[in-house]
Amino acid sequence: MAEVVEKRKVRLATTSLAGCFGCHMSFLDIDERLFKLIEHVEFDRSPLTDIKHCGPCDIGLIEGGVCNAENVHVLREFRKNCKLLIALGACAVNGGLPAQRNHLDLGQCLQEVYLTGSGIVNGQVPNDPELPLPLDKVRPIHEIVRIDYFIPGCPPSGDAIWKFLTDLLEGRTPRLGHPMLHFD
Amino acid sequence: MKQTMIMLDGMPVPFTEGQTIMDAAMAADVFIPHLCHHPEFKPQGSCKLCTVKANGRYVSSCTMFAKDGMEVENNTPDLNDKRRTLLQMLFVEGNHFCPSCEKSGNCMLQALAYELEMLTPHFDQFYPDRPLDASHPDVLLDFNRCILCELCVRASRDVDGKNVFALAGRGITKHLIVNAKSGRLADTDFSRLDRAAHVCPVGVILEKRQGFAVPIGKRLYDEKPIGQQMERLAERTTKVEDSDG
Repeated sequence: MAEVVEKRKVRLATTSLAGCFGCHMSFLDIDERLFKLIEHVEFDRSPLTDIKHCGPCDIGLIEGGVCNAENVHVLREFRKNCKLLIALGACAVNGGLPAQRNHLDLGQCLQEVYLTGSGIVNGQVPNDPELPLPLDKVRPIHEIVRIDYFIPGCPPSGDAIWKFLTDLLEGRTPRLGHPMLHFD
Repeated sequence: MKQTMIMLDGMPVPFTEGQTIMDAAMAADVFIPHLCHHPEFKPQGSCKLCTVKANGRYVSSCTMFAKDGMEVENNTPDLNDKRRTLLQMLFVEGNHFCPSCEKSGNCMLQALAYELEMLTPHFDQFYPDRPLDASHPDVLLDFNRCILCELCVRASRDVDGKNVFALAGRGITKHLIVNAKSGRLADTDFSRLDRAAHVCPVGVILEKRQGFAVPIGKRLYDEKPIGQQMERLAERTTKVEDSDG
């Protein structure tokens, strides 16, 4: 009798850097297809599992750009552990909304938000040593580490994420055509 | 007299003397990606998106006259790769944040990026600092999205006779300016009814109080990709585009 070899599940990690978790919400929008997904996939580090650090994985999904020192560390941890890294959503792809602060001076931004803005009394710029330091500019993740695939969209639709992941899992070149490929 | 033809991706396409490759392709409903070209204005061949290979040489199809028997390659992986790279360079050079742009869904730059399956800007972002000009009562200028196609320059000069816009600077410092001593749009005779107010292929020249009026799903490139809208592209006229805006 032929030995039944159970196919190893694909390990998937996800994180949100300088993002709004909208892409993760969109990921959950694959709805009942999540049951189908977990037949083939097990989650490693992710807001869905609350695992704090990434082990060796097959696929890493990164939402959000890089706006502070912690983002850089997390992104590097993912790159070190994931065979494939996917930029998920507009912010990971080109910096997105957070990057619209890039033409402003960071010091002046902090001043205005915490000290001089309207309605602020006795404000102070947060300086707890536990807080990661912000970077002077927000960057897309491909400017920090090598990225294998990109899924644009703000957010990419659940259908687009599903199409992309199933293409990958089934060994096809992932492809988003009209109307799943959109930047907004 | 025998009908003159070019061979466009192996398909015979008729043309008349004086037509460019782009003119012939448009008349035959064949899409050649383009940004600075517009059937109403004199072609200038600056964006290079419409580059094709004619008899083995790379040429701008909007400025190259069709010649009988010319072999033209258009929709090939090689040309589309180069076009995608041009788009990526345009995207990183300006600040193109589609989710917060009023023009999203109606933007030719975005529609071409979809058409050519540009998933990432690939290059490092410039994130330039380009302040807005909101001085005019009816029209906003957001220079962050300018791709230097000069359609507004041509429309204002050749149709409106006002010469409101120009390009200044050279190379990487080249940028769109407003022809007023103050540099502000409010200090020109520009009007929202000008032809130049309705030709911008991207989201630079925006009529105020009109933003996001059309819901997602109903915008110009939501239903059909740009490559399947040849009829509309060929018939862009004052009437058609003014009713869009």
